[in-house]
Amino acid sequence: MRKPLSSVTANRSTFRIRIWVAGLFVIVCFSLIVARLWVLQVDRHDGLVQRADSNRTAFVPIPPRRGDVLDRHGEVLARNQLNYTLEIMPAQVKLLDKTLSELSEVVNLSEYEIRRFKRKLQDSSRFAHVVLRNNLNDVEAAWFASQAFRFPGVNLRGRWVRDYPQGEAAAHVVGYIGRISENDLDKLENTGQTGNYRGTDVMGKKGVEKTYEQVLHGLTGSESIEVTAKGRVVRSLNRNDPSAGKDLVLTIDMRLQRIAEQAFEGQRGALVAIDPSNGEILAFVSRPAFDPNLFVDGIDVESWRQLNESEDFPLVNRPLFGTYPIGSTYKPFVALAALELKKRGAKDIIYDPGYFELGPQRYRNSGSTAYGAIDMHRALVVSSDTYFYSLAPLIPIDVLHDFMAQFGFGQITDIDLDGEKAGVLPSTSWKRKAFKRREDQSWYQGETVSSLVGQGYNSFTLLQLAQATSVLANMGVLRQPHIVRAIKDARTGEAVPITIKPPQTLSLKPANIKIVRDAMVEVTKFGTARRAFEGVSYEVAGKTGTAQLFSLKGGKYNAEKVDERLRDHSLFMGFAPAQNPTIAIAVLVENAGWGGAVAAPIARKVFDAWVLPNTPLQPVPNAPLLGVKP
Amino acid sequence: MNGLTRLVKHLFRSIDWPLMVLLIILSAMGLIVMHSAVGGTSWRYADQEKHFLLALFVMWVVAMAPPQIISKCAVPFYLFVLVLLIGVEFFGETSKGATRWLHLGFVRIQPSEMMKIGAPMMLAWYFQVRDRNIFLIDYVVAAIVLLVPFALILKQPDLGTALLVMGAGLFVIFFAGLSFKLIIPVLVLGVAGLLAILVFEDYLCLPDTNWVVLHDYQKGRICTLLDPTKDPLGKGFHTIQSMIAVGAGGLSGRGYMSGTQAQLDFIPERTTDFIFAVFAEEFGLYGAVTLLALYALVIWRGLIIALSAESLFGRLLAGALTMEIFVYVFVNIGMVLGLLPVVGVPLPFFSYGGTALVTLSVAFGILMSISKHRKVQQ
Repeated sequence: MRKPLSSVTANRSTFRIRIWVAGLFVIVCFSLIVARLWVLQVDRHDGLVQRADSNRTAFVPIPPRRGDVLDRHGEVLARNQLNYTLEIMPAQVKLLDKTLSELSEVVNLSEYEIRRFKRKLQDSSRFAHVVLRNNLNDVEAAWFASQAFRFPGVNLRGRWVRDYPQGEAAAHVVGYIGRISENDLDKLENTGQTGNYRGTDVMGKKGVEKTYEQVLHGLTGSESIEVTAKGRVVRSLNRNDPSAGKDLVLTIDMRLQRIAEQAFEGQRGALVAIDPSNGEILAFVSRPAFDPNLFVDGIDVESWRQLNESEDFPLVNRPLFGTYPIGSTYKPFVALAALELKKRGAKDIIYDPGYFELGPQRYRNSGSTAYGAIDMHRALVVSSDTYFYSLAPLIPIDVLHDFMAQFGFGQITDIDLDGEKAGVLPSTSWKRKAFKRREDQSWYQGETVSSLVGQGYNSFTLLQLAQATSVLANMGVLRQPHIVRAIKDARTGEAVPITIKPPQTLSLKPANIKIVRDAMVEVTKFGTARRAFEGVSYEVAGKTGTAQLFSLKGGKYNAEKVDERLRDHSLFMGFAPAQNPTIAIAVLVENAGWGGAVAAPIARKVFDAWVLPNTPLQPVPNAPLLGVKP
Repeated sequence: MNGLTRLVKHLFRSIDWPLMVLLIILSAMGLIVMHSAVGGTSWRYADQEKHFLLALFVMWVVAMAPPQIISKCAVPFYLFVLVLLIGVEFFGETSKGATRWLHLGFVRIQPSEMMKIGAPMMLAWYFQVRDRNIFLIDYVVAAIVLLVPFALILKQPDLGTALLVMGAGLFVIFFAGLSFKLIIPVLVLGVAGLLAILVFEDYLCLPDTNWVVLHDYQKGRICTLLDPTKDPLGKGFHTIQSMIAVGAGGLSGRGYMSGTQAQLDFIPERTTDFIFAVFAEEFGLYGAVTLLALYALVIWRGLIIALSAESLFGRLLAGALTMEIFVYVFVNIGMVLGLLPVVGVPLPFFSYGGTALVTLSVAFGILMSISKHRKVQQ
């Protein structure tokens, strides 16, 4: 047998020797450390203490100027304003109370500000800059600057503060910036951007401020400066200039935007207006809105509570996040499906007795009117439900799904704003996935019936409806809707257009589209929208809708309001001028009832403002206050 | 009253008091220095207090488990941590260029930290099982047991932790009686390698030279050590500033909360890896030597526990864990003083961080268990 390499492991004396060796090793290493400490702290002490006390180099980040946000004509939606802050470094102030009382002769200091300052002082290092007052105006800043020599250790610091001059107008497009949170920091760290955010304490949280954060933020510069032991800056050694963030030029037309917002007259709802020739969003309304300026320096608790708990959900971006059944505004697309799929000819006559029977079930027209013998044109003009119900045995739900998917219904549009919802374009496979219980998973033909008139499981965003409407407007081309037109270098004035997905031409017969469009023109002349478009000097193609059921998620039950909140949504979709459209619109007013009465007149105002820009309009006062009905 | 006294006695019966007193003194010092390192603010300080309480509890629980139970846990624990380490490789969370964390749904853990205990435990168990029949092949097995986690941790990359795991494992092998005939040549080779690096420094630190086994930033740290002045504003900044701080401290220090290097933010990572610089600047040579003496006493007590342990498992594990604490202290202080490259090793009881503290408390809990459960075996 081979001799074990070390059979002595159990032998205590060997182990004892090993422990002694280890102990000796520890002693040697620690002696090495003590020797090194001696070298640094005794031998080289004089030299090193001098290096510590004399000038030292400090790196100071120089945050870049954040880019502005402008509308398509250069009107400012977001900018930076200089704001002065008064700070004190305790280490440089000998008699604090004397300094404070002398200071209050130069600038206004409230009791509260002094108390807040003293409280902060207890938690801060003696070398930190402790804020005494925010928001000094120009006069106060100038006053202090002239007296600054009397106050060593007191610094006036200018900083850029975000300002949204439009207030509530277009708030959901611009969004807002806010303090960088722990969560944001993690994300920055993971994308390797922490360095670029040194010296910056805010970033985009919503709207284009968020989606274009990288463009707007710019590149942080740095400066190495010599600082004395007391932290005073001696001179700048080396400077690496920051490069400012780029400006965003939006596709929004602020004049149109304001007119559209005002047209809602304090009602809740959404509107999206698109230029069908390029996918540019001309107006993007979500009512009610909020004032983004509230968020810039951290929103106060009371305002946050009001915004967050309001039953009107002012913070919800309705055109993107609200998904609704779109009711009869779906019918033009269903009619087109019937034509394209050759399930029904335009001239085929259907008898409408006021209801459609499927087995034992009777589906009624809304309002229970009987329209008699009608063709497709007439069915669209009067908005007969029965005509479309009767397509249920002809068009299987999956076929309808595939046809409608081409228009972008139930899918993310990829607009350059965040928080977009896909909604639901129902199909048999969708239902299998959406429901847990077996018996709920199969599709019933009755569900196809309600799907054909834009009810049932259908749930789309207004943005999707506007996008689909613009496909009808431009004879079958799907374009990615977008809200930013170009990225502009403020210094050189050079504007680079943003790139969007290439347009997609759907295989639709122009003759079929024309049948639907002709009917839509008739709708605004003699049909359900004739009142709203009385006396219009150009041709409008459109379709009204009245959608049952309230579907903004997260609504709290409130007995007093339940009746109002269960009322129908009022909808309108359309484009103008009908033969050569320059604008396509989708409007929804929540719980406002019949589409022709509420949504269509809003669309009329927006069409007028866009198609006839030179017609004098009634003067535009400031946007109405949150939730207040005039 | 008698019952209450007995209950208290029972609860504290597994506490090794000499060690406990040392740990309490060190913890108190750690908290006092942390308060200064954060500039008197409550930032991190309150957190660190909570970490200490948690660590105390963990240590107490571990100390109650007899060594036989710990020995039974060795293999499953080692394998469990190994699986987690492999999990980090595939599903780990990346931050600052290193993948070290694993999300287990309810909690975020750092498996490499657990390996600091797992690897020496496994090796101690192995040598106990193979006792009196140890052949060369056993050392090969031991090397594999050690090298697999080492490689996984090195790849994250986390040089500091990898070195600690390796160190703890090597000390088990050393205490198990690996012949000096084998140790000495390896040592000689190591020293020769270090000398070679010193001699060929200029060539090795050229930007184009690829070091194969080490990452660029690790190469940077070693080159910085060799000549910190080469890159004073970049990689050398850490070492230069911490050396200035220590030197400025002099014999008696610049006073609590008054070190300008610390308070003006010139010491990098001053709440974590470089906290010794804050301490040495404010408390000087006297303070630093006192602290070293305290650590020496902890190590001395740990080695005593190892000597008097009953089982081979207890002896090996106690010895290795004690020496692991020593490696912590030596590597951290050596790095702050510019003796060793900048590797991320925290200073026990001083550096901010809950995870490292919990690892330490497990180590000390095991030491106390080995110390207090001797009579049971007799």
